[in-house]
Amino acid sequence: MAAFEEVRWHGRAQQGVVTAAKVLAETALHGGRFVQAFPDFGPERMGAPVKAYNRLSDKPIRIHSQVAEPGYVVIADPTLITLVPVTGGTPDDAVFVVNTVKDPDVIRKDLGVEGTNAKVYTVDAGHISVETIGRLMPNTPLLGAVAKVTSLIDLETLQSSFKANYSKKYSPKVIDGNMAAMKRGFEEVKGG
Amino acid sequence: MSTAKVAKQTATGLTGNSAVAYAMMQINPDVCGAYPITPSTTVIEEFSSYVADGRVDTGLITVESEHSAMSACIGAASAGARAMSATSSQGLALMWEMLYIASGMRLPIVLCDVNRALSAPINIHCDHSDTMGARDSGWIQLYSETVQEAYDNMIQAVRIAEDKRVQLPIMVCLDGFITSHSIENIELLDDESVQDFVGEYKPERSLLDVDNPLTLGATALQDSYMPLKHQQSNAMKASKEVVIEIGKEFGEVSGRSYGLLEEYDLDDAEVAIVVLSSSAGTVKDAVDKLRAEGKKVGVLRPRLFRPFPHKEIAKALSGKKAVCVLDRADSMDGFGGPLFKDIRAALYADDNRPKIIGRVFGLGGADFNVDNALDVIGETIKLAAGEDVELFRYIGEGQNAQTIAGC
Repeated sequence: MAAFEEVRWHGRAQQGVVTAAKVLAETALHGGRFVQAFPDFGPERMGAPVKAYNRLSDKPIRIHSQVAEPGYVVIADPTLITLVPVTGGTPDDAVFVVNTVKDPDVIRKDLGVEGTNAKVYTVDAGHISVETIGRLMPNTPLLGAVAKVTSLIDLETLQSSFKANYSKKYSPKVIDGNMAAMKRGFEEVKGG
Repeated sequence: MSTAKVAKQTATGLTGNSAVAYAMMQINPDVCGAYPITPSTTVIEEFSSYVADGRVDTGLITVESEHSAMSACIGAASAGARAMSATSSQGLALMWEMLYIASGMRLPIVLCDVNRALSAPINIHCDHSDTMGARDSGWIQLYSETVQEAYDNMIQAVRIAEDKRVQLPIMVCLDGFITSHSIENIELLDDESVQDFVGEYKPERSLLDVDNPLTLGATALQDSYMPLKHQQSNAMKASKEVVIEIGKEFGEVSGRSYGLLEEYDLDDAEVAIVVLSSSAGTVKDAVDKLRAEGKKVGVLRPRLFRPFPHKEIAKALSGKKAVCVLDRADSMDGFGGPLFKDIRAALYADDNRPKIIGRVFGLGGADFNVDNALDVIGETIKLAAGEDVELFRYIGEGQNAQTIAGC
């Protein structure tokens, strides 16, 4: 096994998956780990499918190729499940975190991972983001969900790292909204 | 690695472009000529924020083309300013004639090139075709493996270019998207340490020095063109020692020393892979796997490509059984990539020269992963064992390779 964890983020342009990968890396880095976060840009147009990746490790990361076999897949837009190969290269025990109103059992079927050891979690991240941040930003609640269902990051470090990195850039209102979105994503994610 | 006099450093995570922009902010050049292009765009975007916020007092000259961006740097450097720019791909191509003017006029301009493929077909992703095309333009070239090295190279580049023995322009290269847009761990020096390291620029000559008038870029015909080119050539040759000195001195400040080449598990290796920039890290991971199986393999990563450290490379590879040189560019001459040919030529006079093959990989951002690296090393091991292996070919052409080949 490789000495690092790999995450693949699926979303559409403007949904913030590149930023989500960045925030995940910053959180892990805050916790003393070695990180990579990088996007996979295709043609640049609004709404196009976008991927972003993370590698996290306790040792310096030297590999510079795309993430092909992610143990963790986060899907910010469930309409992508039937459009792009979101399960591509994933191991039998992969972890999926999906922004959707549907139940994990339904999404498990949609993903086509019934009968595997995959763990499938869902959270209504879109709804949460509208109620907490004031606009559709599913990436923030998804980060909270990731903090709950994986050991990649924890909620406390996620929130403190975000505050430390973005308090200068965003107003206190925006920061508070993001804090609430993370917390609700953490609390409301379900499945397994 | 020296740890004496280590500067105060901040550990954080940045993309390659943010790290380059940050280095430029800490260097605080007099002039930056700018015409942004993907994937180097965010270097100028972030640097222009530092200008707008008053973090630097650089004259940011936003121009209408890369040709003009380099021209602005040339004008500024002629007037005695410390000048910088950043570009990629078609942008470097459009600077072409000005690259030769910068080096011929002996102007220590620092240019960050975020490596990207050249059109056609249009492609925004990484390969080294852009800077490899400029390899004979009289610019020093440093290739960076990581975000950290891109940052460190920018700071060292200023000193190398401005050294009295050198007085030549320098390119700091990093891989487009792979390094430029990837967040990695990095240690940043404090502003004061960077300022102390680069020092105040005191140009040897300046058009604004009215007490000592001079002409730059004048006509030099049959009687004087060649000796001037000879001087330029000698300066390029001499810059190698300066790169070594500055790399060592930088190590004293930062704890991170740099040489001309990086050797990884190379000492006792029978088989070696030569590769530039970010892919070297991927090959190192492959080497670790094979070393665990007892295979004697290693990596040579040239950091300095121009001037070409031919003696040092020949010494590092002498006695190896077989070598594969990986090029992220093709010379389009049916005889392999530029690095392959230079390495092969460097080894010609060595009695213990290894067998050598060349492989072109990763054009237009085609992914190069650990499995690709293992395949290449496997082939080189076969070559070492005396099997017949093709001298030069393409590898890892991407998932549409079969479809396109069938067209």
